[in-house]
Amino acid sequence: MSVTAPGASARPKGAGTPPPRSAPERRRALGLDRDAWFLLLPALLPILLLSAGPLLYGISLAFTDAQSGRTAVTKFTGVANFADLRLDSLFWDSFKIGLVWAVSVTALQFLLALGLAVLLNQNLRFRWLARTLALVPWAMPEVVVGVMWRLVYNQDAGILNATLRDLHLISENVDWLAGVSLALPAVIVVGVWAGMPQTTVVLLAGLQNVPLELHEAAALDGASVWRRFRAVTWPALKPVVLAITALNFIWNFNSFGLVYVLTGGGPGGQTRLPMLFAYEEAFRYGQFGYAAAMGLVMVAVIAVLLAVFLRNRLKEDEQ
Amino acid sequence: MTTRSGTARAGQYLALVCYLVFLAFPLLWLVSTAFKSPQELGSVDASWLPHDPSLDSFTAAFGQQPLARSALNSLIVASCAAAISVAIAVPAAYVMVRYRSAVGKAATGWILVSQMFPFVLVIIPLFLVLKSLHLINSLTGLVLVYVVWNLPFALWMLQGYVRAVPASLEEAAAIDGCGRLRTLLSVVLPLLTPGLVATVMFSFVTAWNEFFFALVLLKSPEKQTMSVILTHFIGAEGAADLGPLAAAALMATLPSLLFFALLQRRLVSGIMSGAVKG
Repeated sequence: MSVTAPGASARPKGAGTPPPRSAPERRRALGLDRDAWFLLLPALLPILLLSAGPLLYGISLAFTDAQSGRTAVTKFTGVANFADLRLDSLFWDSFKIGLVWAVSVTALQFLLALGLAVLLNQNLRFRWLARTLALVPWAMPEVVVGVMWRLVYNQDAGILNATLRDLHLISENVDWLAGVSLALPAVIVVGVWAGMPQTTVVLLAGLQNVPLELHEAAALDGASVWRRFRAVTWPALKPVVLAITALNFIWNFNSFGLVYVLTGGGPGGQTRLPMLFAYEEAFRYGQFGYAAAMGLVMVAVIAVLLAVFLRNRLKEDEQ
Repeated sequence: MTTRSGTARAGQYLALVCYLVFLAFPLLWLVSTAFKSPQELGSVDASWLPHDPSLDSFTAAFGQQPLARSALNSLIVASCAAAISVAIAVPAAYVMVRYRSAVGKAATGWILVSQMFPFVLVIIPLFLVLKSLHLINSLTGLVLVYVVWNLPFALWMLQGYVRAVPASLEEAAAIDGCGRLRTLLSVVLPLLTPGLVATVMFSFVTAWNEFFFALVLLKSPEKQTMSVILTHFIGAEGAADLGPLAAAALMATLPSLLFFALLQRRLVSGIMSGAVKG
């Protein structure tokens, strides 16, 4: 078989049309022939059976009184779960905490990652080392990240208290994760730490899209660093920023493991993110239907917020 | 002019150092805590470096929890999940790139949409389905879940790599009378190898690191993966035996750190091309 037949590349490059086929045109469904279905199904079936299917099932559970380990038949209860949720102040408390957490982590992540990406885009010495180090949090399991920061925050043996004491910033050791006003900011710092690498890498990719000539021309015209950022870098970066911010917000709002390990939702529910609340409802108290309703409310609110966010940003673009 | 840019340079290095300190110091602290002796862990003054490095915490960690067993579980689950998900994602990614089809578009759309749903909405039905199949508390059940959970990202990464394979090579194969399957196996697959390795490793690390599904689906300690076993080192009241906790955490993160070190450059370029094109 000769692989490099000359003249075979006459077809316009990059077009998605399949190469010419030697056999007579085969049966096609939805733009796919038999071979393609054969190749696609091994991936498609699991997705349908174990992702799309359960998701629809989960949505339907939200309208039932399903419980774990119960022998009685599950009943359809209409919107009863949602009516209960509306009055469940604990759920809305956790929802508020979730929003505070997601907004602050996403914003801080973005600002810090942007700074780091700009630096890593410079021609600095040891850049490869910095780039590698910047990825480290990404490689770590979220449980390990949680454990690690518990060690940092530890009241007696933690490095944070020891350092602050050496600097004479505190006189007595602080219990960071147990203080009612401190716990949420403390876990937010961990959230930012854990999520910075992805954001940095994506922003770094965006920065490499910025036309260098424009930058140089603006610099020659005497534009300040800030002006150059506003006029040249930002416009090129914006689509990437939009995508990563939206995704980060969703991921952060739905996050679980970090805070589960750090505080378990405490003290007194101060760090109980919605996912922790729903997890306990489902797997500690067995309220499957009710927990599913929570999940559905979370999706709905996120979807609305995202729609508003994206529409505003797109409008700005049009102007 | 030179001094001005000199100060700017210095400022940049200073900022970079601050970032790296922020990123690195928790990890250094984890390592330091893991190698401290029990006496030193008990002392009130926390010091940066262990005065008298010891491996006591590591032996203690193995004594306190079935750590070796859980490492094996993690290894089995992560390898199976990575191998299966990439094996089924390669042909699918190929079809999604080379055919303009409604199914491909729908699948890509689903990949994006599925990112939005909180896991709790998926895990409850999965729990019920796996329970009726007697796959709760079983590694097989967890592998199934991880395969599906890995698929979207594997598909996404692989599509980028497939797109980079010149279509002209496939046309040549088609003219020579190769079917789709033959073309995929003998022409596309060899060219895909580096991307394949990256995707397998990434899927492995994702499954190795996963916590939520493992926490819900695995009940008995001898079945649990490392990330779940780690939480047992933290007591009911939040009290923890710090040394063994640090030692176990360090062991749980070593494989993924190693893979990331090997993979770093390819991963970054893969994600960059994805981010820029997508």
